Amino acid sequence: MEEVKLIGTWPSPFSYRVIWALKLKGIPYEYIEEDLSNKSPMLLQYNPLHKKIPVLVHGGKPICESAVILQYIEDVWPQNPLLPNDPHERAVARFWVQFADNKVPCIWRLFRTTEGDEQEEAKKESMEMLRALEEHGLRDKKFFGGDKIGIADIAFGQVAHWLEMIEDLVGVKLIEAHTFPHLHAWTKNFKQVPIIKENLPEYGEMLVYFKRARYNFLATRGLGI
Amino acid sequence: MGEEVKLFRTWSSRFALRIVWALKIKGIEYETVFEDLSNKSPLLLQYNPVHKKVPILVHNGRPIAESLVILEYIDETWKQAPLLPEDPYERAMARFWAKFGDDKVLTSIWSVFIKQGKEQEEALVAAMENLKFLEEEMKGKKFFGGERIGYVDLALGCLANLISVFEETIGLKIVDEEKLPLFYSWMQNFAEAPIIRDNWPPRDKMLVKFQALLDAAIASSSSS
Repeated sequence: MEEVKLIGTWPSPFSYRVIWALKLKGIPYEYIEEDLSNKSPMLLQYNPLHKKIPVLVHGGKPICESAVILQYIEDVWPQNPLLPNDPHERAVARFWVQFADNKVPCIWRLFRTTEGDEQEEAKKESMEMLRALEEHGLRDKKFFGGDKIGIADIAFGQVAHWLEMIEDLVGVKLIEAHTFPHLHAWTKNFKQVPIIKENLPEYGEMLVYFKRARYNFLATRGLGI
Repeated sequence: MGEEVKLFRTWSSRFALRIVWALKIKGIEYETVFEDLSNKSPLLLQYNPVHKKVPILVHNGRPIAESLVILEYIDETWKQAPLLPEDPYERAMARFWAKFGDDKVLTSIWSVFIKQGKEQEEALVAAMENLKFLEEEMKGKKFFGGERIGYVDLALGCLANLISVFEETIGLKIVDEEKLPLFYSWMQNFAEAPIIRDNWPPRDKMLVKFQALLDAAIASSSSS
């Protein structure tokens, strides 16, 4: 099998999407930690357009954009499939992956706010997004993928682990058992899956990292915390 | 075969056009349902409760939303005239470029159209940077899909018509044949391909629509 490398950063949920997919399928790979404040020539060569992580390099050929990487991994290594067999169900799974990319970023907008109108707006957007997941995505299933996790669960990983950190730092509670019962249960169930449980950034370390990042961001806007 | 295929669309939706083209390229018979987005039908809301938008493909009663997702579904369900390449790496590249088109290219070109003055100049610089990446990707190819129109061509295809509508409306050249010769040729080749040529929204209606959008944008920016 050709060599597989993953260029990522330890706090990034997008990096983890790829780690989870590779580990769920038992694909050996070399992990390379990137310093985004000092981008390596390798990153700039492999992702000249976006200059971002994650980048998967398979047999020397780079693939960028985590959602594209997930599909690529599924296409190349069919064992332990992340997508269902039925074409309509596959389309539904892909719909939710796209939703994860287009709509979940509102939680990061929330992360970058302090109290005020902007925060209220970001909170409202985030709640609507979570409502869509609860009522239309997850409904009464254990996972987005059904009985087992699939590509959509992996795509929503941010909501299971990173959102809790955002809630702590911003001082808001979005997912509660009485408001989002299925989603609340999902966040617990997802993190209990052995491969996921063994491959998450440590919460305390993550909190320290993102607290500093938030502080720095707000400072550049002349806002204190 | 007893297949029932319906496409919910509006007359001008560039995302719905992707689906029209894909269905016609593959020779799939379908029924069109035109939606009035200012008065959304109960069926639309039932079939796409999350986004409440078009296009929606309904195949034997089962709905699919999001145009790029629909294109993949069509390609997996009807195998003739494949849109995506077979090779996994080439497929990944196709998905990458389509995503780049949606995330960056379309929005940057829209900014050139809708903004004025200094903001427009800056938007044009950003749009050119994005288009240069596409220009590079076109080297040695007639279409992004190679010899035939493929997934990326359909994803970017609306630009082949929309850019000229924008240019005419704002009186500014966005795609200069000298600066972007390959992309310029692609726009011509794509727009003139038989199936595409016969399935554009009427140009006069497009010009009216976009002039109205531009007028509204100028009015709201001068009143604020």
